[in-house]
Amino acid sequence: MDQGKFVERVLFLLALSSISSLVVITVFIFLEGLPLIFQTGFKDFILSSHWAPTKGHFGIGAMIVSSLLVTIGAMVLGVPLGLACAIVLAEFSSARLRSFLKPTLELLAGIPSVVYGFLGVIWLVPLIRNYLGGPGLSLLAAAVILGIMILPTIVSISIDALTAVPDIYRDGSIALGATEWQTVRRVVLPAASSGIITAIILGMGRAVGETMAVIMVAGNAIKLPTSILDPVRTLTSNIALELGYAAGRHREALFATGIVLFVIIMILNLSATLITRRR
Amino acid sequence: MSCFPENINAAQERRKRPGPASGLGGRFWQNRKSLKAVSLFFALLLALGTAGCRGKADTASHAICVAGSTSVQPFAEKLAEVYMEQHPGVRIDVQGGGSSAGIFAAQQGAADLGASSRELVKAEKALHEIPIAWDGIAVIVHPSNPLTDLSLEQLRLIFQGKITDWQAVGAPAHPIDLISREEGSGTREAFETLVMGKTEVSPGALVQDSNGAVREIVAGDQNSLGYISAGLVDERVKAVAIDGILPTRENIKTQKYKLVRRFLLVGRETPAGQCLAFVDFILSPQGQRLLEAEGLVGVR
Repeated sequence: MDQGKFVERVLFLLALSSISSLVVITVFIFLEGLPLIFQTGFKDFILSSHWAPTKGHFGIGAMIVSSLLVTIGAMVLGVPLGLACAIVLAEFSSARLRSFLKPTLELLAGIPSVVYGFLGVIWLVPLIRNYLGGPGLSLLAAAVILGIMILPTIVSISIDALTAVPDIYRDGSIALGATEWQTVRRVVLPAASSGIITAIILGMGRAVGETMAVIMVAGNAIKLPTSILDPVRTLTSNIALELGYAAGRHREALFATGIVLFVIIMILNLSATLITRRR
Repeated sequence: MSCFPENINAAQERRKRPGPASGLGGRFWQNRKSLKAVSLFFALLLALGTAGCRGKADTASHAICVAGSTSVQPFAEKLAEVYMEQHPGVRIDVQGGGSSAGIFAAQQGAADLGASSRELVKAEKALHEIPIAWDGIAVIVHPSNPLTDLSLEQLRLIFQGKITDWQAVGAPAHPIDLISREEGSGTREAFETLVMGKTEVSPGALVQDSNGAVREIVAGDQNSLGYISAGLVDERVKAVAIDGILPTRENIKTQKYKLVRRFLLVGRETPAGQCLAFVDFILSPQGQRLLEAEGLVGVR
C-alpha cells in the first residue's frame, strides 16, 4: 500500500469514528428500548398515562403531551421576542450597535442550563407561586425559562437569514414607494422565511431536548396538566430523573422514552434540513 | 444530526463519479476488506460497554464488592472512603442497583456484601444479615404550617390524592402541594412500603430527585408536604408527628416512630477476612459515628 492510500484510509477511519458514535448511540438506544415497546404494545406505551415502572405500568402519554405543551409555550414566548429582536438588529440598527448586541445575545447560549434552572427555582417559581397560585413549579415556569433559553438560537439564525436577503430587494421596494416597515414585512421577511423557519425549528429542537433546567422548574408530576400552573414532566426529565436508579424493565422503559424523544428530534431536524434545502 | 442526510448525499454523489478521481468514500465502500474492518470497529465499540464488579475484583487482590440499595450507597461510599484511607492496599467497590439487586448479587456470590434498605423476605433468610443503621423517614411541612400531627391513615389518604386540602387535616384551607421522590428511589420505596401499602402515590404529586431538593421546595412553599430522610431535617422545615410520635433519634432507635427502616448488609456466609474487617469497622464506634454524622441512627 502506498503512503497516500494509507493516509487516506487513516483519515477515513477517523472521520468514520465521529459518524460511528451516532450509529452506535442509535443502535444502542433502539436495542435497549424496543423490546419493552413491543411487550407493552406501542399504543399503550404512547397513549397511556399510567407510569409506575416498578409496578409494571409503562405509559408515557402524559409526558409526550407535556413535552409538546412546554415546547409550544416556549415558542409562544421565544419566537415573537426572538424574531422582533432579529428584525431590529438586522434591519433597523446601525452596524456598530449590531456588532455589539448580537454577540451579547449569543452569550445567552453559553450560560449552562443548570444556571437557568437555578434562576428559575429561586426567582421565577416563587413569583408564580405567590402571584398566580399553584405550587410554582409548573408548565408556565418551564415554558418561560425555555423561551429565554432558545432566544440565541432563534435570533442569530434569523439575523443571518435576514442579512442574506440582497439589498436590491430593499432598494426596489423603497423605490416603489413602500415604507421601511412595509419593505420588511412584505419583502424581506418573505424572502428570508425559509431561514427563519429553520431558526424556529432548531429552537424547538433545543426546547424539546433541554433537560436540566426543566427538571428543576417543571415539578415533574406524571399527571396530564389541566392548567399552565400544573406541574409537568417532560420526556427528557423522565429519563434523567429515574435513570440513576433504574434497573431491568424500568431501565428499558427509559430507553424506550429515549426512542420517542429521538424520533421527535429527528423529525424536527429533518424538516429543518428540508426547508433549508428548498431555498 | 441535521448534517446526516447531507453526508449520505455527498457519499452518493462521490460514488456516481467514475475513475481515479472518485473520493475516498466510494473506493472504500467498494472494498470488501475495508468493510470488514469497519464492522469490526463497530463491534469493538459495542464490546467496550461491558465491565462489572467481578471483572474489577480480579485485577486488584483485596477488592471487596458492596452492591445494592441506592439509599445505603452514599453511606457505604463514605465508609469505604474512610476505610480505604486507613487501609491502603484494600479496594472497596460500592455499587447501586437497588436492594433486591444487592440481595440477589449476595446470594449469587457476585457481590461480597449486598446492601439492603428493606427487610429480608422468607426466601432470603438463608443469608447472613448485619444491621448497620436505622433510618427514619420524616414527613415535613413549612415551619409556618400550624399542623403538628398526622395519623398514618391521613398521610396515606393525602399521598393517594384523596385528601387534597389542608382543611381536611385541621390546617388553614389551601390546596396541598404534594412532593414525592422519583420512581426507583430507596426513600420512595420505603415510604411506599411503610405508608402506602398496596396503593400508589398520586400522579399529581410533584417529583424531586433528591432529599435535598424536596427539603428546598418545602422550605420555600408554605402549602407543601414532603418526606425526607430524618437525618436531613433542619430548621427550615418542620417534621410532623405521625400518630403522635415525632421522628427523634430516640424514637427511631426504639422504633416507636412508625416510618423507620433498617439498613442491612447481607452476605452468603458469615463475613471473613477483609470483608469481616470492613464490617467490624462499620460497627465500630468510629464507623457508627460516621453514619450518625451523615444523619442516620446507629445500631450500637
